[in-house]
Order: sequence, then C-alpha cells, then structure tokens
Amino acid sequence: MTASIIVEDLSKRYELGALRHETQLRDQLVRSLRAPFRRRTPKEIIWALRNVSFSVEEGEVVGIIGRNGAGKSTLLKILSKITYPTSGRVRAHGRVASLLEVGTGFHEELTGRENIFLNGSILGMRKREVDAKLDAIIAFAGVERFIDTPIKRYSSGMRLRLGFAVAAHLEPDVLIVDEVLAVGDAGFQKKCISAMEDLRGGGRTVLFVSHNMAAVENLCSRAIWIANGSVRLDGPTHSVIEAYMATFSTGESAASELSAVEGRRGGGEIRYTRVEFLSSDRELQTLTRAGKGIVVRLHYRAREPIERPSFGLKICTELGTVVSDTSTWLHGLDIPLVPAGEGYVELEIDSLNLLPGRYQFSLWINSCVQSHLYDGLENPVHLDIEETPIYGSTRRIDNRYGVVFFPQRWRLEGIASGAAVPVTANR
Amino acid sequence: MGEWISEVWRAREILYFLAWRDVKVRYKQAALGVAWAVLQPLFTMIIFTFFFGRLAHIPSEGVPYPLFSYSALVLWTYFAVTLSQVGNSLVSNSSLITKIYFPRVLLPGAAAFGGLLDLVVSSVFLLGMLIYYRITPRWTLLLTPVFVAQTVLLVLGVGMLLAALNVRYRDVKYTIPFLTQIGLFVTPIIYPVTFLPHRFQSWLALNPMTGVIDGFRACLFGSHVDPAVLVCSWTVTLTLLLIGGLHFRTTERVFADIV
Repeated sequence: MTASIIVEDLSKRYELGALRHETQLRDQLVRSLRAPFRRRTPKEIIWALRNVSFSVEEGEVVGIIGRNGAGKSTLLKILSKITYPTSGRVRAHGRVASLLEVGTGFHEELTGRENIFLNGSILGMRKREVDAKLDAIIAFAGVERFIDTPIKRYSSGMRLRLGFAVAAHLEPDVLIVDEVLAVGDAGFQKKCISAMEDLRGGGRTVLFVSHNMAAVENLCSRAIWIANGSVRLDGPTHSVIEAYMATFSTGESAASELSAVEGRRGGGEIRYTRVEFLSSDRELQTLTRAGKGIVVRLHYRAREPIERPSFGLKICTELGTVVSDTSTWLHGLDIPLVPAGEGYVELEIDSLNLLPGRYQFSLWINSCVQSHLYDGLENPVHLDIEETPIYGSTRRIDNRYGVVFFPQRWRLEGIASGAAVPVTANR
Repeated sequence: MGEWISEVWRAREILYFLAWRDVKVRYKQAALGVAWAVLQPLFTMIIFTFFFGRLAHIPSEGVPYPLFSYSALVLWTYFAVTLSQVGNSLVSNSSLITKIYFPRVLLPGAAAFGGLLDLVVSSVFLLGMLIYYRITPRWTLLLTPVFVAQTVLLVLGVGMLLAALNVRYRDVKYTIPFLTQIGLFVTPIIYPVTFLPHRFQSWLALNPMTGVIDGFRACLFGSHVDPAVLVCSWTVTLTLLLIGGLHFRTTERVFADIV
C-alpha cells in the first residue's frame, strides 16, 4: 500500500482583524492619518488548525468528524488547495477532486446540459470526457425531460441531483467530499450512498466530512476526529465515533448567549440575552432525544417597561421548512407589562416529536398593540436532536423519513394468515 | 513559473467554458441579443458625430468623422466594458473561489476573452462602414490584429491588478467606471492627437490606449503615426502586464480567505 495523501504538521492561522476592518481602503487611510506613527492595533489571531498530521493510504475511505468550527472545513479547503496553510504541507498523489458543494459554478440562466459541461470542466473533467459520459450523467440525475431548460426553473432537488450526477462521474484518484449527503430526499440519498460505495469498491481514496454519523459509520473504515484545530483521535470508525459522541453528554453547553449575536433586528427596548434547553424537570439538557419533553427558557433584558409584548419562537428544519411558529400572542396570552430588568419566559413542549436532525430556532419579541418589533433573531441557535429508538424498533430513523412523527402503531391483525411476524425478528 | 504555466495550460478548457458561460449569459433573454455589441459604439458614434463633428468641428484627419470616431470606439468599448468585467471577475465569482481550486488567473482571462466576441461583431460593422465610405483597403489592414492583441494584454494587465485589489478593497469597483470615463477623454477617440497643443501630445502618449488607437487608425486609413508613440504604448502595456501579473500571483493565495 502506498500513501495517497500525506499531511505534515499543517497549521492555519486567521487574523480576525484583517477580515473585519480592511475591506475599505478608506478605513485604513483614516487610521493612518489619525495616528501616523502608532503601530496598528494587534489583530485577534485564531488558529483554525494547529499541527495536524496524518496520512491516508490508497483506497482508504476516511471520515472526518468534529463539531462546527473545529477546523474540518479549513482542513478540506487546504487539502483541495482552495486556501493555503500558514505552515506545514500536503502531498497528494494522483488526480484530486474536491466536492465542497454540489453544483459549484452552476449558472441559473444556463440549461442543465450547459451546466453539466461548465461544472464538469470546473471540477477537472475534459470536454471529451463529459461528452462521453453525458448520457450517463443525465440518466443518473433523472432530469432527461428538463435537460434543455435553464436551471433557474429547476427545483432545488433537481439541481442537487444534477450536481451530484456530474460529481459521481468524475473518476478521480482522491475524492474529498464535504457534507453533500446532508441534503436531498431519501431516494436520492440512497443513490448518493451507493455511488460513494462504488467509489470505495473502485479502490479510490475518499475523505468524507459529515455530521451524519450513520453515513460515516456505513462508508468509512477509519475516522479522524478534529477538535479545536487538532487531531483528537484517529482510528477505526466505530471507536472514534463512540468517543466523539460521548463528549456530547457532558461537553456541549445546552445554553447559548445571545447578547453578542450580530445582525439582529428590532428597536432593542427589550432583547433576548440567553436561550437554554432544559429537560421537563428543569435540568440543563445537553442531549435532546426525539419524542422527549423539552423546555426552552428564553432570558431577556428590558431597558424600559414594555407594555403588552408578545414573545415568539419559530422552529425550522435545516433547509428552512417551518415546523412550528408559536408565540404568546397566538396562545391568547396577554402580558400587560414587562418591568424593566431581566427575566425569562419558558416554552414547555410535552413531547418534541421531531425526527433526528438539526433544527434552527428563530426568536423575536414584538408588540401586541402596535406593529413594532423589539427584537428579532434569525436562526441564532440550533438544536440537534439525537437518534433514539422511536417506534420501539432498532431501525435508524432520521430526517430522511420526514420531519415529525406521531404517536402511532401498525396493526397487523387483519393479515389473513393471522400470525404476524414480530418486527424485530427480521433485522 | 514554468510549473504554473503548464498548470494553466492543462486547465485551458476551464477558461474556454468560463468565457463561453459569460457570452451565453450576457445575451440570454435580451431581445436584440448580440446586436448590442454594435448598438453601444454605434449610438456613441452618432452622438459624437453630432456634437463634436458637426457642432464643434473637431478635425478628423481627412477621414469622415463617423468613421473616425467609430473605429476608435470599437477598441475603446472593448477596453472599457471588459476592463470592468475583468476587474470584478474575482469578486463576482467568489462562490467559485471559495469552493474549488483552479488556476485563479483563468477568471480574469476568461473575462478578457469573453469580450472578444463583441469586438468581432462590432468590427464586422466597421468593415461595412469602410466599404460604405469607399475607403480603399491597404495591406496594413492585416496588422490590425496586433492592436487588438495589445488591447487584450492591456486589459489583462490592468484588470489583474484591479481584480486582485478588488478582493481586498471594494473601492476598486467604484474606481473602474470613473477610470474609463476619464480615459474616454484622455485618449484620442473624439479628436486626433494633433488637435492638442504640442506640449500635451507627449503626455497623451503615456496613455497606452493612445498608441493602440492611433496605430489602429493608421492601419485602416493610412494616417500618420509617430513610431515613438507606438514604442511608448507597448512599453507601458508590457510594464502594466508585468505589474498586474506579479501582483496577482503574489496575492492569489489569500483570495479565498478574504474575498
């Protein structure tokens, strides 16, 4: 076996000051005019990656896991040469294709067929190659009827299928994939997973970043867990995932501070300061399981007494579908006065019948008497709902099977032979 | 450097597809389509002919004024329109830069080549005008592509510099229209170089487009052109290409981080 990717002592530093302030020449000029001899204010330095080393053998399929902001995306961007490391280096053998997004470079005005050529070329395919595979790509995407229609008329699902279809026909030696399986309908996800399995069968090296532990466990023989910019654990998939999941029950805070959230709307007379996810007995809840009770506690601070406000909360799926939009006003609650100072309101949910996955929460406070928004936050927090035996079976049920579930049962008494086979027996 | 050139060469199909995308998209859902390539310089020419040719009686070196101004506008329109596209090519393709690697120079390159189709179309109209005004073709007509190539190199040089600066300072976006507007007056488009007092003429020669347009007209009409102006124009063009290319190469590593 020979090494396909060798990562040596990779570090990447970002200077936050540089990102924030220097996009306007004017700012720099003003600063240097005001204080021509003073040195520039020291910038805040963030190490997105620090001394990361590993190597991947030819034909290995490696999953990269870790929380948001751990450095996974930075690592992938360096591996795919989009950005450069501050120190260290990467050596890769053979043709490397990276898929950080499905349908990179798609243009709304071009037809499906034109976009296949454009996207394929950007991903590193030759025109001859695209010509030869065109029919297969179109068939894989299942968009034969619309292939000469501009993709601005496509649904998001069709666009996704088309993008993945091109990528699936790349035939690189090394494939780098970021979370593309997280979207799409169930049938399409199965197609993607089997395409990935073909890649594995074909002896190709694959690096796969995902939050979908089920997919990582199915596809990868080895996993690398990145935490705070370094390799925390590297080994057989199952044991790495187990160690990673274990940190969720203690590590991640179930509360989010909101004071520093940027881009909020509203007058600011009263603002949310903090969100907490609690269990029914008011304990901070770090792991939220489908179907269990939950209390969302919303802390606020009022600068002045607020007359008759309404507190609101909206839950959306990651793709933006509204699951529930609720407020104290909708419940017919009248809050005559909120005195100045701090306090909280709670939304108590008896059983959170959401299928496992990530859900975004939007929050607002508005007035019931006039049309005035005090505070509005778009998706400041999200909640990951973990997998749990939902219908009493051991099947892995996640957001491929919908968004919500109801208390339900299948009755099999009506089957003619009478004797129903217990569901758990045919796993 | 050699490695970079061979990498760009291997990825040349991307340049083709990006330019093809720009061309296709430009005239989609436009009823007049590629006719716009002619309409833009044509209407400018009509306005110039009326105000500068008829009313102000600006001389045109014995060439009919419409032909005199249109011939310059063919190159100038390409220069001005394409420079703005090249200058914005990195920022407007930021979604590509942050998601996939390919030699970054292909983005300004594609914008510069994508504009050539318009130039070809408006040149065909220029040929029609030459026939209409019964200008006898000279063998020097064959030299016109040299000046077109020089314009492309100039657009690439200045454009790469502006595109790379634009990634960090969005001010560039507002500078480009301003630059091309001023350029319209400090380039002999409306007037011949000889229209200016002698002491200004050598300053005008520092503008590389002066040599391009003077040389282009000389090829078409056999008018006089000072070889020193041409040499100066090429020197400035190649210097700008070198500066633009070097600046682009030294900053391209951070494009994805700051765009």
